Amino acid sequence: MADVALAPRRAKTEIREATAWDQLRHNKTWLGFWFMLPAMAFLIFFLAYPLGLGIWLSFTDTRIGRVGHFVGTENYEWLWDDAIFWLSVFNTLLYTSVASAVKFAVGLYLALLLNERMPFKALLRAAVLIPFIVPTVLSALAFWWIFDSQFSIISWSLKQLGLITQNINFLGDPTWARICVIFANIWRGVPFVAITLLAGLQTVQPSLYEAATLDGATRWQMFRYITYPLLTPIIAVVMTFSVLFTFTDFQLIWAMTRGGPVNATHLMATLSYQRAIIAGQLGEGAAISSAMIPFLLAAIMVSWFGLQRRKWQQGENND
Amino acid sequence: MSSVQIRDVRKSFGSFEVLHGVTIPIEDGEFVVLVGPSGCGKSTLLRMLAGLENITSGTISIGDRVVNNVQPKERDIAMVFQNYALYPHMTVADNMGFSLKLRGAKSEEISAGVKRAAEILALTPLLERYPRQLSGGQRQRVAMGRAIVRDPQVFLFDEPLSNLDAKLRVAMRTEIKELHQRLRTTTVYVTHDQIEAMTMADKIVVMHDGIVEQMGSPLELYDRPENQFVAGFIGSPAMNFLKGKVKVNGVAYFEGPNGVKLPLKSAPANSDGSPAVYGVRPEHFTIADDGAEAEIVVVEPTGSETQVFAKLGGEQVVAVFRERHQFNPGDKVRLKPDPTLVHLFDDASGKRLNG
Repeated sequence: MADVALAPRRAKTEIREATAWDQLRHNKTWLGFWFMLPAMAFLIFFLAYPLGLGIWLSFTDTRIGRVGHFVGTENYEWLWDDAIFWLSVFNTLLYTSVASAVKFAVGLYLALLLNERMPFKALLRAAVLIPFIVPTVLSALAFWWIFDSQFSIISWSLKQLGLITQNINFLGDPTWARICVIFANIWRGVPFVAITLLAGLQTVQPSLYEAATLDGATRWQMFRYITYPLLTPIIAVVMTFSVLFTFTDFQLIWAMTRGGPVNATHLMATLSYQRAIIAGQLGEGAAISSAMIPFLLAAIMVSWFGLQRRKWQQGENND
Repeated sequence: MSSVQIRDVRKSFGSFEVLHGVTIPIEDGEFVVLVGPSGCGKSTLLRMLAGLENITSGTISIGDRVVNNVQPKERDIAMVFQNYALYPHMTVADNMGFSLKLRGAKSEEISAGVKRAAEILALTPLLERYPRQLSGGQRQRVAMGRAIVRDPQVFLFDEPLSNLDAKLRVAMRTEIKELHQRLRTTTVYVTHDQIEAMTMADKIVVMHDGIVEQMGSPLELYDRPENQFVAGFIGSPAMNFLKGKVKVNGVAYFEGPNGVKLPLKSAPANSDGSPAVYGVRPEHFTIADDGAEAEIVVVEPTGSETQVFAKLGGEQVVAVFRERHQFNPGDKVRLKPDPTLVHLFDDASGKRLNG
């Protein structure tokens, strides 16, 4: 009796419940959507929209203070024949490849060093982070002084030692200027690489090294066969970020050289800023920025394959 | 294979001494188990043997060679770690062949060595897998395989079974013992589990607070513990201890807590009235009319035997019976220790008093 009485009622309520609003409230998929909404909105407004706007601007002849018209790929055609643009591409690639390679080597070396037992370890680890926590512009200004044509402490020291007779024109000579900005970028980027790799090193079980010691491994063999392979997933992450940050660097260059001398240190980011904001050619600047996207995508693709779970990471963990 | 001599070995971390002069002779081909509660220094001693810790003083020799200053890889030992320490990025075959590879062996030589060890341990179908794809017991076997491949003078095991579940532990215990019987390689095995020690060892070394309490064959330690610590540590359920006095009043007997009278075969000389500890193993109680009265608290049947917890003179004791009795909590029974099998210890030093 009870079943007979209840069954039609339940069916009836189900019909009533099936409104769109109720589904939005109760459906698990929609619930997931509601939870993601704030993060999604944030990403759309602050990442996707500016990116889309930038790409759109690159197809217009917008200037500061004047609404632009769609001009197709005209901006890109201009850039194709622009020697300064190609110089900035070359500079960016040089800057990124040299700085990233050195940052990786020095960062890995520091990480291995800081992973050793030594006095004042905590203090040293904290000290390594200093370049990272100093505001970029502040450190750039400090480097500006260090490399100043008249008051450079390096020139002064070398003169005192009698090694040179004239000041080195660090930021005035194209080759020196490139070396200087790359050096400053390395100085600033090494802590990130070092600390992250150090965190990776600390996840390697000490007993693996003990087992390797008993297996007869030398220090180099331990690094080559144990540490390095176990560290590769973290190296992939760190180096992706390092490459992306270096490729899009702006602050350091702008504070130290503004792209000079004779555009020798102009990166794509600084050139884009100069054309878009200083010269007011928003469309052209946007095109330069958009031209960075293929390079960045390529870097991400490399890391995507680097980040694939290696075969030894697969399978169940029974620990 | 070779013998191992540990002579008056001490170990200090800073000013804190953890091993206070340990001497252990290990014969060629012997299976020696170092057993003791955590913090007794057994693992430290094993790591010193392996060369992973420095020796503060004393000597360790493997064969005829003092190895105090010999590099771990030159010692010709192999170790199985508690967490196995398998290289996660190498296949089982690579894990096992790693030491040969480092030694510069040819690839045919490596694969032959790996194959031989894999056959001994039935690992052949797993050779291309990674450690993550193995079960706990399989990982354990790979760790042993890595040791076997090297064909060392001495095997060292550091609590190798403590990460396994109870059933697998029993199976691996047998497997390790069988492996030793087959290879006859000198083995030093560290554990905190006295059952493991009893079942596997040729010789047990009981350690406590950085000293050797007693060493001997499993049954020697069980039947004739030199002191109260060993008596309490070896055997499960543990030996019952009752404090009281030795009385010699025509016949020798023991006056336990609250005047309970317990039988003694004989009293040590001049011991009348001296305080002592009376030790009796749970299985050495019988029900007898002339036994001491005890009240049953809990009865735990396990099928093969029944453990009975009872109050004897106000102290809780445990007795084990293989025959089936009808016991109920609250029942009064008369428990009689077998006087030929009881142990008597000095109250202060814990040293054995009876012969």
